[in-house]
Amino acid sequence: METTSPPRAHHDMGGISKFMCETVDIAPHELTDFDRQVDAIRSLLGGKGLMSADHLRRGIEAIPEETYHRLSYYQRWMRSIVDQVITAGVITEAELRAALEQG
Amino acid sequence: MIAPGTEVKVKLDWPELRGPCHIRTPHYLRGAKGVVERHLGRFANPEDLAFMRPAAILNLYHVRFAVAELWPDGHANDSVVVELFEPWLETA
Repeated sequence: METTSPPRAHHDMGGISKFMCETVDIAPHELTDFDRQVDAIRSLLGGKGLMSADHLRRGIEAIPEETYHRLSYYQRWMRSIVDQVITAGVITEAELRAALEQG
Repeated sequence: MIAPGTEVKVKLDWPELRGPCHIRTPHYLRGAKGVVERHLGRFANPEDLAFMRPAAILNLYHVRFAVAELWPDGHANDSVVVELFEPWLETA
C-alpha cells in the first residue's frame, strides 16, 4: 500500500519504516519551567475559548517540516500558540517582538 | 451505530492533499480493513474543532486491524487498535 499511497503529512509518522532502525525514545522527560509555562498559557487560552486542544494540534501540524523536527515538544506547542494569538488578534506581532526584546 | 464485530473498511481518502486540515485517521490505515471492537462514545468532530467551526457530534469506535495486513513484515498474531470516527468507516 505504501508504494501507491499519496505522500503522508510529515507529522503523520505512525508505522514508518525509519523506526525499525531507530529506537523510539520512550523514557519519561523532565518538564522544564518553559514547558510548564507553555502548558499554562494553553490552558488559559482554552478557558477563554480562544484555543482548543484540536486547534493547538492543527497549528503544530502546520509547522514546516524542517522546523518541526528541530523543535522540542513544548516548543511546537509555543509555535502553534503564537500563531493562534496573533491570528486571533489577542496580541500583535509588534507587541510580541517588543516583549521579546525586553527579555 | 456500528455493532461490535462488524467488518469495516477505512475510507481511502486523502484530505491532506486538499489543503489545511486536521485529521486523526492515520495515513497507514487509509483503505485498510478492520473489525469494530467497541463504541467509545459520541464526540465533537476534531476536524471542525481544529478550525473553531461548529462541530457535528460523531460516534467514535475502537477498530482492530491485523498488523500483517498493514505491513508485509507484520507478525501473524499482532493487531493494532485505533480510535476512528464513524464518517471514516465504510461497512460492506
